Parts: sequence; C-alpha cells; structure tokens
Amino acid sequence: MTASPNLTSAALAPAFADAVHDAQSCFRVLMQAMARPGTLQAFDAAALVPEAPLPAALAAAALTLCDFDTPIWLDATLAANPAVAGWLRFHTGAPITSDPAEAAFAFVARPESLPALAGYAQGTLEYPDRSTMLILAVENGSPAPQVRLSGPGVQSSTDFAAAPLPPRFWPQMMENHRRFPRGVDVIFAAPAGFAAVPRSTDLTILEA
Amino acid sequence: MSADRQMNTGPDEGHYNFAYLDEQTKRMIRRAILKGIAVPGYQVPFASREMPMPYGWGTGGVQVTAAILGADDRLKVIDQGSDDTTNAVSIRNFFEKTAGVATTTRTEDATVIQTRHRIPEAPLSEEQVLVYQVPIPEPLRFLEPRETETRKMHALAEYGLMHVKLYEDIARNGHIATTYAYPVEVNDRYVMDPSPTPKFDNPKMHEMAALQLFGAGREKRIYALPPYTKVKSLDFDDHPFEVQHFDRPCGLCGAELVYLDEVILDDKGGRMFVCSDSDFCEDRRARGHVGDMAADPAAASLTGSASTSARTPE
Repeated sequence: MTASPNLTSAALAPAFADAVHDAQSCFRVLMQAMARPGTLQAFDAAALVPEAPLPAALAAAALTLCDFDTPIWLDATLAANPAVAGWLRFHTGAPITSDPAEAAFAFVARPESLPALAGYAQGTLEYPDRSTMLILAVENGSPAPQVRLSGPGVQSSTDFAAAPLPPRFWPQMMENHRRFPRGVDVIFAAPAGFAAVPRSTDLTILEA
Repeated sequence: MSADRQMNTGPDEGHYNFAYLDEQTKRMIRRAILKGIAVPGYQVPFASREMPMPYGWGTGGVQVTAAILGADDRLKVIDQGSDDTTNAVSIRNFFEKTAGVATTTRTEDATVIQTRHRIPEAPLSEEQVLVYQVPIPEPLRFLEPRETETRKMHALAEYGLMHVKLYEDIARNGHIATTYAYPVEVNDRYVMDPSPTPKFDNPKMHEMAALQLFGAGREKRIYALPPYTKVKSLDFDDHPFEVQHFDRPCGLCGAELVYLDEVILDDKGGRMFVCSDSDFCEDRRARGHVGDMAADPAAASLTGSASTSARTPE
C-alpha cells in the first residue's frame, strides 16, 4: 500500500486556534448537551478544518476530550484515510484502537452503518464510568420526531430526532437505557452544534 | 482571537495557565464530569491534583470550577451561605488571580456558583451551574469503611445499611437525628451524599433547574445531578423527611422559611438569628425589609461588612 499523500505532505491540518479557550467553550457546550438530553446546544466548529473526511464537529469534540488516556475507535469511513488517525494522534496523543470494547471514545462519520451499541465498552456495575462515549456525525436540522425522551435533565419530556441513523438504532438505545448504570452515552454532532442522549435517558419510540 | 477575549484572559498570559490547572488535567476532569452527568449520583473516580490550598478547603470544588470556568463566566463563591468568610474570599481571589474572571456576590448575576455547605435561598436558573465542595463523598463510609464493599453496595443498589442507620436514629432519639449531609436517593437508583449542607437545603436539590456538580479533592471523586433530576431524601412512611424549622424570622431582614445562623452578640446571653445566605439577606434589606433586631446596636456590626462570626472550614 502506498503512503497517503496526506501523511507525507508537509502541512498537517491545524487544531484549535486558541487551545485553552476553544476547548473550554466546546466543553461547556458538550456539558450542557449531556445535562439536557435531546436539546441542541449551538457550537460553531467551522473554523476547524481537520483532515477529510473527519467532520469539524467531531474534530472539536476530540480536541476537547481526548488525550493519551483515551483510546479512540474510528468507524470504517474515518479509518479509511490514515490521515484522520494521524491528525488525531498528533493533536491529542490518543491511541487508536480497532476494538470497540476498548475505546473510551468512538468517532462515527457515517452513523447509518454504526455497529451494534452492545459491542462498545459498557462499563461494569462497580465502575459504570469505564464505558465508551459515542460521537456521531449527524446532519443539521431535525427530521420528524423519532423518540420521546424523559429522565434526568429533561423537564417532563422532550421529542428528539437525528439523521442519518441505522434502522435499529433507537431500539438499541432503549436496551442501552435498560442496562443502566452500565451502557454507552451518545453525542450527536451536527455542524450547528451538539445534542446528547446519555444512558440515563428513558426513551419511547414515536410511531412514524 | 478578539481583543475583548485578550483582555479578559490577561492573567493566563503570565504565570498560570487559565484557571491554574494544566489542559490535560482539565480534560481528565471534564471527562469525569460528563460521566457523572450521564450516571447521576454515581461517584466517578478522578485523578485529583494537589492544589495550592490544603485538603478540606474545597480542593475538589476548585478543580471542578477550574475545569468548567470560561473567560466570560461570572463566579460567586459562598461558604456556609456567606460570600465574605475566609474560604469563600480565598477561593474567589484564587480565580480572580489565575483566571481573571469576573466575580460577584449576587446570586442572580453568577453563571457559576461554588459553594461550601449551603444552597442559595434564591432559586437558581437553567443558565447557572452550582459546584459543591465535598469532604466525604461516600454516604456509606461511616457505616462501612471498606471501599471494595461500598462500591459493591452501590453496584447492587444495596442500601439497607443506610436505612438501618436512620432507623437507629429513630430508636435512640424518636426521630431521624441526622441534620446535615442527609443522604438522598437520586433518580430511584444511587444513594448520594449531598455534602454537609443542612438537610434544610435537600428539597432544593430536587428537580433544580441548574446543573449541580460535586467535587471531592481528597477522596478523588466527582459526581453530578443533571437539571430536573428526582432527588429524594431517605425516610420511612411513619417518619417522613422533614426540614428544620425556625421559630422566628431573620433578625435583620425579617425573612421567614430561610436557613438561619445564630450569632452571639455579647457575654450576657444576647443573641440573634440571621439569614445564613448573606446575599439574600442584603438583597431583602436593600428592598426595604426590616427585621425586629435591625435597629439593635449589635446588628450594626453585622450589616456593616455583613460579616458574621469567623468560621474555619472543616
């Protein structure tokens, strides 16, 4: 296999312009998203131009949360271009793993081909924090509501939708919630901002 | 970046990284905060750092605040409800120096409020974050000293021991005698220590609009309550949970149904009861509310700098 031109090119795509404050503002948005499941929290990552096909919102989350302590799993689309792993490794120092059960973070550029959620690290009953956080690239704008969310962070209930998603995604998220306190937490990263559905959120699938 | 941001972040150009902690530490704490929010009431272990203040002075809360704080935040720090006791003043100065953020004593103006052992009387909003300083995060620790055992009890949601403890209170005293650090059950799952706040504040945690974060520096744990989360104080059907009642209003502002501190006025038995939340009391007095001891000469020393008795953090 020949080396990708991106790997040999002199110019590695830059990271945050202001590492300290850009990471802080991105984290506050992620924290609000996690604390208020199903609400879109605006964040503009457009200034970030990472290696294709890594979306800017995923790149911002990686720069904010990942370092040498957090093995990263990449979906097939992102793994196809080694420059993505190279960019993540250079800017975060995080090891890249091909085993989803070992990953602290999973970055998914094409959620429609997302593997089963149960394959990722679920944590243990003693240490439920030892689980994978999935970050899925989704589109701007919300399609018709797909699920009704309730639970911590949600006042009574809220409707939520994201696209694209694999067909069995929401039933898997219901199983994920039933595993509580084990389970994965999912962040939906759109160009306009972040939304999240943590494992604590109870879901009802709405009839289309 | 903009000139405005440059100005706001002046101090971190000098001797400290913004808000003192290095970026890797902040990332590690931020990851723990996200896990804590995702599993409400579960104590997430984190690699607590040495801070330039002793354990017991809020190192856990300081690390959480440092990890979430941004240049445009407005920080309020309270110690037992008061903005001007030692611990609150030193932590406020710490962040003024290391982060250059704006600070305030006004509850409604703050975006981040770090607290030692009180929840402000005024309701908090969705835009605010409340950070608690926690000495002992494990509610079962005094009942079961082994971490391996308490961890298993949390894993299995086996909290019978805590109910036995509350029952023994009733057997000895006729009522549940626990008055602070009163254990709560979060979203029907984890039993959690609300930090040594008076149990008077427990009902405020239930479905609070603001995000609540808890940091224990010495014990290396972070936990969280997302907004609008069910928080139930443990009790029994025949001994329901009750908060403290005060038989008189605040001596300075006349507020009722607030938590009061007793202030000794002289060595002849003179005393008065005043709001523990100094900002709440000042705000009421500014709006013309007068308590029955406001005219007392002894009260002048309280309303001047609003400083009550000197307290030392435990």
